[in-house]
Amino acid sequence: MGNGKTNTELIAKSLEKRHRRQTRLKYYGLFSILLGITFLIILLGSITLNGYTALQQTVVQISVNISPDKVFDDNGNISEEVMYNTNWDGLAKKAFRQEFPDVVDRKEKRKLSDLISSNAGYDIKWMVSQNPSIVGKETKLWVKTSDDVDQLLKGRLTVNVPEEQRRLSNSQLKWVKNLTDKGIIKKQFNTVFFTSADSREPESSGILGAIIGSAIAMVVTMALALPFAVMAAIYLEYFAKPGKWTDFIEVNINNLAAVPSIVFGLLGLAVFLNFFELPRSAPLVGGMVLSLMTLPTIIIASRAAIRAVPSSIRDAALSLGASKMQAAVDHVLPLASPGILTGTIIGMAQALGETAPLIMIGMVVFLVDIPTGFTDAATALPVQIYIWSDSAERAFYERSSLAIMILVLFLITMNLLAVLLRKKFEKKW
Amino acid sequence: MTIDSKIQVRNVNVYYGNAQALYDVNLDIKSKEITSLIGPSGCGKSTFLRCLNRMNDVIEGCRVEGNITIDGENIYSKDKDPVLLRARVGMVFQKPNPFPKSIFDNVAYGPRIHGLAANTTELREIVENSLEQAGLMDEVKDRLNESATGLSGGQQQRICIARAIAVSPEVILMDEPCSALDPIATARVEELMGNLSINYTIVIVTHSMQQAARVSTRTAFFHLGHLVECDETNKIFTTPNDKRTEDYITGKVG
Repeated sequence: MGNGKTNTELIAKSLEKRHRRQTRLKYYGLFSILLGITFLIILLGSITLNGYTALQQTVVQISVNISPDKVFDDNGNISEEVMYNTNWDGLAKKAFRQEFPDVVDRKEKRKLSDLISSNAGYDIKWMVSQNPSIVGKETKLWVKTSDDVDQLLKGRLTVNVPEEQRRLSNSQLKWVKNLTDKGIIKKQFNTVFFTSADSREPESSGILGAIIGSAIAMVVTMALALPFAVMAAIYLEYFAKPGKWTDFIEVNINNLAAVPSIVFGLLGLAVFLNFFELPRSAPLVGGMVLSLMTLPTIIIASRAAIRAVPSSIRDAALSLGASKMQAAVDHVLPLASPGILTGTIIGMAQALGETAPLIMIGMVVFLVDIPTGFTDAATALPVQIYIWSDSAERAFYERSSLAIMILVLFLITMNLLAVLLRKKFEKKW
Repeated sequence: MTIDSKIQVRNVNVYYGNAQALYDVNLDIKSKEITSLIGPSGCGKSTFLRCLNRMNDVIEGCRVEGNITIDGENIYSKDKDPVLLRARVGMVFQKPNPFPKSIFDNVAYGPRIHGLAANTTELREIVENSLEQAGLMDEVKDRLNESATGLSGGQQQRICIARAIAVSPEVILMDEPCSALDPIATARVEELMGNLSINYTIVIVTHSMQQAARVSTRTAFFHLGHLVECDETNKIFTTPNDKRTEDYITGKVG
């Protein structure tokens, strides 16, 4: 009771100060959250702005008349061999040049041909094999333009610089304008991006190969990491006698979770590739390395989930004469499984975004084929982003942004799934 | 040493790490009657109870010294499996702890893991018989497949008792089984204990002296880790030998 004031007066006086302090702290917190959200929006926004254009690909209409002897054999059957010997590339370019009959100079003709994709010939071959009825008559086909034309029409090519610093010459710009005026050039949905693997040509490159590579690696990671992690967690929680050894193991599991992922890549390189001589670049090995990396994360999550199950459940089982293993498997694991699953999904999401260890074991490869098995050479989603972001062509830049969007989409989906599962199976005690 | 004592406890000392929880406890528990353990909080009565089915084994750092025999067999000897012991000595806990499964699965769990039923018909018989003995059959017979956690607290506790009975134990340990129940549910459980004592040896830890007086034939008083005295319940509550017992039951301490 200082200064002759009563306790109530003293408390009332200090109360105002305390309230101010609380309000201030509240706003600090709010500010931090807003700052975080702002940067997230900027990040996702810039990626989206860079990447959404890759959803479309520019195509140009050409008129071709493919003579039957380039497709069918003597018996009139469609023949791989005959088609193999046909110069599809020349056919495509010739058909395209028909749009500009006044271009006769050899150099100019080459420049004109450069406006369509150098894979346009393969595209026509593929269209023919899908639909041989287009052979032997004048047919209008849409083929992909080169990536420079594509970027020009998407407004991503700088044109107001001197000709020699430009990807497209004056005459090429003029021809593109002509095509636009004729209305035979358009943008359409970029199906190729979602149905094929990588390519030297941006317009023919896709993400599917990398997605499949990632998926195979994830299957391996899950199949290896989950059972081992759950068994380790049960052992540590139920059987390990407390002591120096257990402490040592515990500390090291926590340490492992903090080891930089590239170290796991080096480990995989030294042990799996060099010692066990497993195939290089294979998603099997990628999955093995990633499972080593996720193992500690899942162990830690599983132990927390097991510990969150009230000991009364375990006691009830033990008091009935269940062995420790029966108590764990029959009662604790089912109750802990949502937590374990959540931890697993978060661990898998981490693994999905991991690049460095995959580079170490050779999954950074240029592949035009989609992997079909565990030991096929494959690349992974983040590695594909890394490869594309390193490429010179402007069109790969937007593709790597779109690939990032897809990767982020996968990650958000996985984390959302984890949250939903937790919500659904959460038990109140 | 009387002939009809089911459990004999000799010179039992219990330690939690370096702290001693029980000092030199000697006690005989008679067959097919109810023995109450009373005493102030922290006196070691629950610790003592958990010695009888070796549930202390799962507590980290807990060490039990001395001899406890059930039917003349030392339950702490090296060749004794605690799993087998716990099938013979059932336990009911302070807080009702049914498994988050169906009522049927709760009661059937013990018989299932021990292989007590040859087929599903037999299992069903065991479950129904146990629920009958626990006085719960009429209340739950139409919802055996519903979750046991949806029952009331008193019903949950009787499920736990039925679950313990289903293994046909010889001894049932009860650790303050009514402390989380209302007076009506308590009365039902107490009545049930009376019926069960015809077939089972029951040891109950309780905070309520009235409950001890109501249900038990014999009462043991614990104080600060020592077993002060154990005698007929009537005698403990009317003419105890020890001053500490008298102080506790008259409400002067504790």
